[in-house]
Amino acid sequence: MLEVKNLHVSYGNVQVLHGIELSVDQGEIVTLLGANGAGKSTTLNTICGLVRPTDGEIRFDGEAIHKLPAFKIVSRKITQAPEGRRIFGTLTVQENLDLGAFTSRNQHRVKKSLEWILELFPRLAERRDQLAGTLSGGEQQMLAIGRALMSNPRLLLLDEPSLGLAPVLVRQIFKTIRQINEAGVTVVLVEQNARVALKLANRGYVMEVGHIVMADSAPALLENPDVVQAYLGAGDL
Amino acid sequence: MEQFFTQLTNGLAVGGIYALIALGYTMVYGVLKLINFAHGDLFTIGAYLGLTLLTSLALTDHIGGLAGVLLLAVMAMGLVGIIGILLDRAAYKPLRTSPRLSAVVSALGASIVLSNTVMLVYGPSTRVYPQGLLPSQVFYIFGLPVPVMRFVILAASIVLMIGLYVFIQRTKIGTAIRAAAIDQDAARLMGINVDRVIMLVFFIGPALGGAAGVMVGLYYGQITFTMGWTYGLKAFTAAILGGIGNIPGAMVGGLLLGVIEALGATYISMAWKDAIAFFVLILILIVRPTGLLGERVAEKI
Repeated sequence: MLEVKNLHVSYGNVQVLHGIELSVDQGEIVTLLGANGAGKSTTLNTICGLVRPTDGEIRFDGEAIHKLPAFKIVSRKITQAPEGRRIFGTLTVQENLDLGAFTSRNQHRVKKSLEWILELFPRLAERRDQLAGTLSGGEQQMLAIGRALMSNPRLLLLDEPSLGLAPVLVRQIFKTIRQINEAGVTVVLVEQNARVALKLANRGYVMEVGHIVMADSAPALLENPDVVQAYLGAGDL
Repeated sequence: MEQFFTQLTNGLAVGGIYALIALGYTMVYGVLKLINFAHGDLFTIGAYLGLTLLTSLALTDHIGGLAGVLLLAVMAMGLVGIIGILLDRAAYKPLRTSPRLSAVVSALGASIVLSNTVMLVYGPSTRVYPQGLLPSQVFYIFGLPVPVMRFVILAASIVLMIGLYVFIQRTKIGTAIRAAAIDQDAARLMGINVDRVIMLVFFIGPALGGAAGVMVGLYYGQITFTMGWTYGLKAFTAAILGGIGNIPGAMVGGLLLGVIEALGATYISMAWKDAIAFFVLILILIVRPTGLLGERVAEKI
């Protein structure tokens, strides 16, 4: 479904991705692991078109999308819930969700998406008319994910959905990610919280300073001694 | 009492004009965090284009005073809006990723280019708007006189402001403009074409400024190529007063500044009229730098 080949990205003179190769199949949950600055968010932002690659290509269902501007990627059915949530704080929850469906023309479809999202996140239903900036961190993350689902995407990119959330909320969010995936949405998940991510994912990639250093099935990565030592540690969730 | 009332209505009419210009500053600032210093000159261009259309098309002879003036105001708005888009293309778009100071310098340069272009085309002397197009009668509210003209100016600016407010608050495109003002990249992730939003903002803001230019021509009867500087500064003050980047703030700030200025000129000193307006600016920057309705602290320039 998604093919990333030989992806190079630079910010000014600093090269941050050195030939990333990854692929995602329909229906999978794939996780990208790695330390801060490994290039995980950059990879997602390049797929979304916010960052232009200097070399390499990104194909979605065979179509090269790495030259498209970000706003056109959405209608290819790829959306992202970005790092730090990036919700529109001075707009209401409902307006945030409406913006998620900005490119959708089919009002019936939008209504169904909205119903589904409010079912996934009942808390958002209670707070529809509230300003998004007044939501708690967990609710804001729900809104960010819900907003990304409004356009009925086939591929959902999630950047650190557990960031800054209490463990009980992390479990809840991850449970919902599984539900979203079971509804047919393919998921690429960037996470610091490697153990939770690998338990959820089918496959994982490990990134280090702009390279992919490991690619394997999630259960295999969970038992890989290098991964355990570097990213899992002891006494994690 | 009668003097107070006269100055109050006068202040509201002038304030409506300030508010319309202030909206252009505040909308561009909202989306680009840039003060478009050439905005005052777009207002001047509106006044001159209004004059040209008025005298060359003689619309008012064919379809009557008020309708003719309205139609030509709409035409002037459209033209100034297009000039606004061209200004963005020429002076700001190439500098979108440059340090912000570059765009500010470019704005000041664009202001000089525009005002001098107006001078070259129309000449440096004051130009006079034809008189008697709008009804010059006076009507009475509770026995106090209000010239119809003053009422028309205020009503027109309020209609434009309500129209803008409804567009920004209630429509999908309006919501997209607000989203792009909050976070451009997040807006792109929603599928919003942010370049298109910026273009739209550079149409709407100058169009409103152009309308204000026509109103000044009609209200005061004469225009000069340098008037964009004073009106621009006043409207900028109004935008800061209400909270820069905040659309209702620009409306409130404009009306308030107009009234403060008119009453100050009457009861303190006519000669101090401009000083009073800028004293308000200094006061608001000291006491409440976010403006009356602003929640965000204005960043440097």
